[in-house]
Amino acid sequence: MTAKWMSVAEIKQKIGESSAEEVTADYLEAIKKSKINGYVTVSDRALEKSKEIDSEGHKGPLAGVPIAIKDNISVQGLPNSCGSRMLENYVPPFNAHVIEKLIEAGAVILGKTNMDEFAMGSSTESSYFGPVLNPWDLERVPGGSSGGSAAVVAAGEAPFALGSDTGGSIRCPASFCGVVGLKPTYGAVSRYGAVAYANSLEQIGPLANNVEDIAVLMDVIAGHDARDSTSVPEEKTDYQAALKDDIKGLKIGVPKEYFGEGISPGVEKAVWDAIHHCEALGASWEEVSMPHTKYALASYYIIAMSEASSNLARFDGTRYGFREAGETWHSLISKTRAEGFGDEVKRRILIGTYALSAGYHDKYYLKALKVRTLVKQDFEKALSKVDVLMAPTMPNPAFKVGEKIEDPLALYLSDVNTVPINLAGVPSMSVPCGFTDGLPVGLQIIGKPFDEPTLLRTAYTFEQNTDYHSRRPPEVA
Amino acid sequence: MVYENPDGVMIGLEIHVQLNKLKSKMFCGCSTDYHDAEPNTHTCPVCLGLPGALPVLNREVVKAAIKVGLALEGEIAEETQFHRKNYFYPDLPRGFQTTQYDYPIVSKGKVVIEGEDGEHEVGIWRAHMEDDPGKLVHIGSIEKSKGVLIDYNRSGMPLIETVTAPDMRSPKEARRFLDKFRNILEYLDVFDGNLEGAMRMDANVSVYGGTRVEVKNISSHKGVEKALLYEIMRQKNVIRRGGEITQETRHFDEARGVTIGMRTKEEAEDYRYFREPDLMPMKVSDWTPKIKETLPELPDAKRARFIEQYGIADMHAKALTSKIMLADFYEGVCKKGTDPKQAATWIADVLLGELNYRDLVISSYDGSTIGCINDKDHSIANSTRVADMVDLVALFTDGKISDRAAVEVIRTILDGEEEKTPLQVIEEKGLFKAEDDLVTKAVAEAITENEAAVQDYLGGAEKSLNFLVGQVMKKTKGTADAKTAREMLVKELKG
Ligand SMILES: [Zn+2]
Repeated sequence: MTAKWMSVAEIKQKIGESSAEEVTADYLEAIKKSKINGYVTVSDRALEKSKEIDSEGHKGPLAGVPIAIKDNISVQGLPNSCGSRMLENYVPPFNAHVIEKLIEAGAVILGKTNMDEFAMGSSTESSYFGPVLNPWDLERVPGGSSGGSAAVVAAGEAPFALGSDTGGSIRCPASFCGVVGLKPTYGAVSRYGAVAYANSLEQIGPLANNVEDIAVLMDVIAGHDARDSTSVPEEKTDYQAALKDDIKGLKIGVPKEYFGEGISPGVEKAVWDAIHHCEALGASWEEVSMPHTKYALASYYIIAMSEASSNLARFDGTRYGFREAGETWHSLISKTRAEGFGDEVKRRILIGTYALSAGYHDKYYLKALKVRTLVKQDFEKALSKVDVLMAPTMPNPAFKVGEKIEDPLALYLSDVNTVPINLAGVPSMSVPCGFTDGLPVGLQIIGKPFDEPTLLRTAYTFEQNTDYHSRRPPEVA
Repeated sequence: MVYENPDGVMIGLEIHVQLNKLKSKMFCGCSTDYHDAEPNTHTCPVCLGLPGALPVLNREVVKAAIKVGLALEGEIAEETQFHRKNYFYPDLPRGFQTTQYDYPIVSKGKVVIEGEDGEHEVGIWRAHMEDDPGKLVHIGSIEKSKGVLIDYNRSGMPLIETVTAPDMRSPKEARRFLDKFRNILEYLDVFDGNLEGAMRMDANVSVYGGTRVEVKNISSHKGVEKALLYEIMRQKNVIRRGGEITQETRHFDEARGVTIGMRTKEEAEDYRYFREPDLMPMKVSDWTPKIKETLPELPDAKRARFIEQYGIADMHAKALTSKIMLADFYEGVCKKGTDPKQAATWIADVLLGELNYRDLVISSYDGSTIGCINDKDHSIANSTRVADMVDLVALFTDGKISDRAAVEVIRTILDGEEEKTPLQVIEEKGLFKAEDDLVTKAVAEAITENEAAVQDYLGGAEKSLNFLVGQVMKKTKGTADAKTAREMLVKELKG
């Protein structure tokens, strides 16, 4: 039996019975037959690595378990393109903190997954390497920006994957592809080695076919790292210990602002059904108000683009990456950036530069920071009364490739339910909670800072009592 | 006497100091000891700005900045806050510099200098931490350069930028401020001013309360003084001719001694400052009292103590404390039992004078020897030992050698090709004071052999006596004491 779509526990059992090499080979075989363009780079060292694990008798928690890595997380020796022509041939000489942890645990890196260029997008259409296709409907987008990571997990081309979430980039594609995704609390996972889009907002996090595997991965990647000053020196959390089928007495808050105008009826129904299901399992729910939600989207985009305009300044063709020759250094850098970046990246750099400029700084950037504080207070207030918040991850199911790419504003608006979480820095998960017109719907569960255990317990209980997570996309089966 | 400042000169300074005595760079573990290294060998993903690498603030940089702030009698911030200053330049690997903006580590300090009319206070507006970019190296001369190479060894070096109030009223005051400021930093042991690029200065100056002009990137204290002298003259002449001073940034051409306008565009640069999201504020309010306790004795305090403890003149105390290594050398000599007043004269007046004459600056003191380098060509000069100074002063005070001979010894030690002790020099050159009868004989000979000069002197020509003294010195090969010879001649001729 192929290892495709197996849980980590099943894979470990299979390795015990046969070998890590066989498991890796199964996944490489699935990748070979892929129809979704989920990988930018498939590692030619994966099989060799799995053999090493076998011969060493590696005892790590992920010994021989394959994993896919978003192409903005540095893996020594593999290109780290960030979905951009700018870094197509850039090979980092160091490993990200999370990669060091994975290697220590014995994981086998299958390859680097496709993404929106520099993580800027919600559809994975802005990748220089072409769009990723949604395994549930090959005419639709997988969501973004970690579209490759979500899609390869959904399609059985990796048991689980790492993504990054700046404004929903893990949860959106998890929702669109019918997999589980977690954006950890800001500071829970080291960002060292992840190429920054908007540093104050983003976290690396796991995507998997089930909640347990999310916890397994968190136990490996989370924890303090002195190389990331924003990493929080907390006592190590035992994420797998949180996996209990019990939400009796759990208090759920339902923010009415997250069911606003434009939400698709199918999504609304699936999410309410999920909330009622939790009620039946012993939880209670109440409506809560988060009045500043309507300003969050504008605040998010101003902050993210401002930070991006500075973070991406280093790509000047001088030291590494793409270079277009010029007569002078100034013409070299402007040609390099004109040719090396795609339209969406350039749009965000320009807007961010504008928002930080003298005369506009206070009007836009400073105001956005003030709104951020208010949004954060909304969460503090709401989460002081309830244990978790529940809402739709995305207001709509996956849309068609090309449908929104010419209308950036419509695309930005689809992030309305995910970006407030990044502004507040709180943890949030998306779990499959139903289907509408054959497309997966994601339930978003939001928690208090560093209370991932409660999120995991809630998601796990819901999962144990439903079967959405075990359905597979027919087109890639 | 009050200095009237007739041209209404107001000078402010911005000084960038590299904290090159710290072991590692500002945000990574790379060594700061790159000055003799191959290009791009002291780098890592962080200081090369590779994507995904993150800065970690070196606590030692913050401690050094707090030390500086306390020495400048400034207010120390409660926590560190960093901003990004965004601009493109090939030596700037991340496209921004990490600096402090509206909450610097130090604010509202002061330095008292010797002004035009006595003690004069120069306000310190702020001192903040920031990182240094890399360095551009032109292939060949700048004019004919075929290309530019970039060395990132310097990238990420910790800097402190200090901004003064426009409190200096003359180029001389600016120079004195810089000398004192550098001296304070060396006392704090955070900075070696002799390393290339260790201190870079911008000066702003206005006359008659008018528009201020900035002169950028001057590399020496003398350069600042010269640039300001030129710039004040230029501004006065523009005004005299009925022109107006425009707000601008000028460059100082050190070779020609003139300032040159750099930008014609009026637009101000927009650095799009914003808080550095990758560095969380570091609370330092509880560090400050501890650092204050460990602060070393500073120049003014040392000067007062020298006067008190050694009973030396203020002029000497000031000169001896003008450099920490010199002060330590002096105390080293005194500790060996040398009379402090004699030691002060020989070190502050003679040794320091001879060093200055040779453009030598003290660059090291290891407890027994001071090392010097040439300020012009940075070559290493002969060193001077405590033990030698102790011996030399003893030989002089015991009357074994004349003052002239002692000076000769110092010169020989500084200029000699081999290392020699004072005794060796004295023996080789026959500098021991001549026996009295030898001098008496020489005096008698000088009188009999130079009758005309004797007659002239007796006739009232004082100059002729000088000639006769010269003759005595010649006959004794310089070993006679000139003063004694003169007295003996006068006694012999006039009774
Ligand atoms: Zn470094």
